[in-house]
Order: sequence, then C-alpha cells, then structure tokens
Amino acid sequence: MEVKGENYNVWYDNDSNYVNFSGTLRLTGMKDYTPILDLLNNIAEKQSGKITLNLQQLEFLNSSGISMLSKFIIGMRKKKSSEMTILASYNIPWQGKSLKNLQRLMPSLKLEIE
Amino acid sequence: MIKIFGNFLERLIHNNHAEKTDIYGSFKDSLTEKEHLTLEFSPSKISLNNRWGNNSLSANFIGDYLVTFFPHENDNHHILNRQKLIRSSVSYIANELLENAMKYCDETSNFPITLHAQVDGDNIRLFVDNSVLASAAEKFKNFIKEFMVANPEEFYISQLEKTAVDNNSKYSGLGFVTIVNDYSAKIGWRFQMLERESPLLTVTTMVEISV
Repeated sequence: MEVKGENYNVWYDNDSNYVNFSGTLRLTGMKDYTPILDLLNNIAEKQSGKITLNLQQLEFLNSSGISMLSKFIIGMRKKKSSEMTILASYNIPWQGKSLKNLQRLMPSLKLEIE
Repeated sequence: MIKIFGNFLERLIHNNHAEKTDIYGSFKDSLTEKEHLTLEFSPSKISLNNRWGNNSLSANFIGDYLVTFFPHENDNHHILNRQKLIRSSVSYIANELLENAMKYCDETSNFPITLHAQVDGDNIRLFVDNSVLASAAEKFKNFIKEFMVANPEEFYISQLEKTAVDNNSKYSGLGFVTIVNDYSAKIGWRFQMLERESPLLTVTTMVEISV
C-alpha cells in the first residue's frame, strides 16, 4: 500500500510493519490528505489497532498534515486495544517541536525521537 | 442579481465594521533600514492548486536565504544545529503564512500577495500581505480575538479536536496556532481599508521569532 506524490511518499513496509513517510508533505487541505488517512485507517484495522508511523524521513509537514495526523489519532483513541507508536528524528526540527502535542490527544501514544 | 446583492452586503459589512486601520496582537511595522527581502506574487489566472507547490518553494528559499545572515564562523555542531533550526522554522512559518494568504485572498482582485522577510539582530520577522473581503475579514477578526485571549496550548488542542470532528465547521487557524505554540513566535495583524466604498481590505500578518 502506497500513496505517492511529487515530493512525498507514504508506504506500508511488510517486513517492519511500519508506515513510512518521506519527503515534503504540504498538501492543500484535509481533502487532499484523505488518501493518506485512508491508508492509515486500513493498516490500523488490519493490524487490530496496532500501528507504527515512521516519520524519520519526513522533512516537512504543514498544519493541514498535522490536522490529518491528529484526526487519525483521535479515531485511534476511541478504539479499544489500540497501540500506536510514532518514530521521529531530532535531526528534523519540526518533529521535536510539533509532535509532542499529539501525545496530549492520546496519552498512550509512544513517541520515540532519536 | 446575486452578485450585486453580494457586493452590497460586503459594502454594508465593511462600512459598519472596518475602521481605517485595525491592529491585533503583537504587530510591528517593517523597518526598511534592516536587512530585508521581498517576494511579490501577482494575481494569476492559474488555479490555486497549480500554484500551491510554489508556496513550499518560496518558503524554502526564504529559509535558505535568511540563514546566510547567521554565519557559521566556527564550524561546530551547535552552529550547524542553529542554522538547521532557523531554516526549518522560517520555512514552516513562511509556508503557513503563504498558504493562508492564498486560501483567503480575494482572487478576483488585482492585489498581489507579498512575503517580506527581515532580520533585526537575533530576531527574524516575516510579513505577508493579502487582500480579503470585508465579510471574511470579520470572521478572521473574530478568530483572532478568541485566539489572543486563549491559553495557546489549550486552544491548540481544542482546535485539533474540532477539526477532527468537522473540517468545515469553523475556520481553525491551525497554522497560526502552531506558529505561536510550537515556535514560540509573536504574531500580529494589521487590517487596512484599500479605498472608501470598496468591499476589499488588506491584511498584513506579522510573525517574529528569536533565533
């Protein structure tokens, strides 16, 4: 499963079971983020609520993208037995600044910044 | 008929509510004697979607350009990290300001969108000008008033919750909220009448970060 654009790629890796994000994600609004949101929801459903998002190659994400991730997280927290991890990188400054807010939406969210 | 009535309503809202200049937040004027750079985007017949990628291009350029004013005399880890942080912060903020300007400007007007960047010591200021219809300006001002008195962190979370439920319920202003909350930025706005009897205003958004 993959959603690919000019400057970004979001794909599911069967070996690691991670959803990997790479490039620059600055789409126009939530409507344009729907295919990515659908991919995340499909994977979460297939893996019985267990999902890992690997953002360590995602250089930029705009506020509409943050809104899309928060929408996904809010959907996840409603489900019983959901287990979510976000892998991030200190080398990409926005991740250290913005991702911690997502934990406030879902305190059980594991945020691993390396 | 609908168009004429729409114009009439715009003028009515404009005449009732718009003062000559309205300032909100921590707005500062641009100081032309400081290092600065301005990009101006003319109105275009090319659709917003087709121009959208240019926002990122311009924002990255501004980030790269401003970094040159914070030279790395010592090529050590700390300075490189500071440069990376400046580039990334400026790029994020400039992109959000341009996205907002593109989304909410009056596309039928001939007013350009400008992005003005300025370096003042350890402060970087970004200014974006765009046109806005009087009715949209009123909604925007209501958002600003709510945002200015709120606790930024709580407001951020409440906006995320709201947009998750209904994307179209209300203007979320999430770009501005992230700029203030995640980048510890100061933000301000100036609304100005373009001319009397015109339903169009200009809004300048100013963001200042210390780097």
